[in-house]
Amino acid sequence: MESAKELFFKMADDLLIFGHRNSEWTGLGPILEEDIAFSSMAQDKIGHAQAIYQILHEMGEADSDALAFNRPSSAFRNCQFVELPNGEYDFSMVRHFLFDHADQQRFEMLATSAFEPIAKVARKIKGEIKYHVFHADTWLVKLSQANEESKARMQSALNEAWNYALGIFEEGDFESDLRSKGIFEGEAALKARWMDKISPIIEKAGLRIPDESTWNPVLGGRKGYHSDHLDPLVLEMGEVFRLDPGAEW
Amino acid sequence: MIQSLDPRVTRAQIELNNPIDPLTELDQWETYEVFHQKKRGDQHIHVGIVHAANPEMALLFAKEQYARRGVSVNIWVVKTAQVYSSDYADSDIFETVPEKVYREAGGYKVMEKINKYKKAQAVK
Repeated sequence: MESAKELFFKMADDLLIFGHRNSEWTGLGPILEEDIAFSSMAQDKIGHAQAIYQILHEMGEADSDALAFNRPSSAFRNCQFVELPNGEYDFSMVRHFLFDHADQQRFEMLATSAFEPIAKVARKIKGEIKYHVFHADTWLVKLSQANEESKARMQSALNEAWNYALGIFEEGDFESDLRSKGIFEGEAALKARWMDKISPIIEKAGLRIPDESTWNPVLGGRKGYHSDHLDPLVLEMGEVFRLDPGAEW
Repeated sequence: MIQSLDPRVTRAQIELNNPIDPLTELDQWETYEVFHQKKRGDQHIHVGIVHAANPEMALLFAKEQYARRGVSVNIWVVKTAQVYSSDYADSDIFETVPEKVYREAGGYKVMEKINKYKKAQAVK
């Protein structure tokens, strides 16, 4: 089941790194209510990552704590998009919007997967993801329509994020195997569904998707090639765990 | 710059003397009253307020503030400005004349009768 493992590692690593990154807003959010909401969603993402690490553990990998906290950054298979620093709230909201729509579509596809444990997780976390997407859509539209400055900032955040977002769909070595086994339809199918979902919302917000001639997906994350931003994050995230890996919490 | 044990805070390079001017009243989003329903058919109960830029955002925040834990099926948000309320200066309209205790449940002394009945039942 190398094909399924590859899929689950990239999913879980995306969710862990994204959740950890987003949690860096805790205490620094724009207003109290939003701070709580965004922190809570960051925590959800880490919970989703844990559920997938648990599946990997049942497939013979180390336990979820070791997978999360005790691997070098080069072992991570997350896309580079999620490891980028938070920047300002415009970029964080645009990334939240682009990533979470892909996340929702991926889990919707997996809800009917022939690999039952992942289908079960997908069905269980459906409601949480629905809220995440509702949150992202609301902020994207509101910030894009507030005033000229906010609209310009959202458009430039979208431009900056776009090629990284396309990197979410970097194909693995087992696309056809996953498809033929009925586990997962594949990154190309996912990307098509994602485009269908985000396009009308971006249009409603009054923003423009960058011209297709400029598209140039940022790849490499799925093979373990990362930006300089991942290593400090991974070291900081596992710092306490590594003080005493055997500690009971 | 603020040096914190929390590396995120140190990285944020926050000035010790916050250069941001004090907020004026209009910098605050308006408030929405939140009503929470535990199960379908129950009354929506008022649970508090949230600050929000529009009703959709108020729903987003209400869900996280007031329905994150426990059981919920529905929430309402209503702009505080839309609530028509009585005036505290008129609180005396709620005062009840003492002679009208017969209009209150407490005015009926039935517990003795009930206990007496229960006792009688228990003996049987």
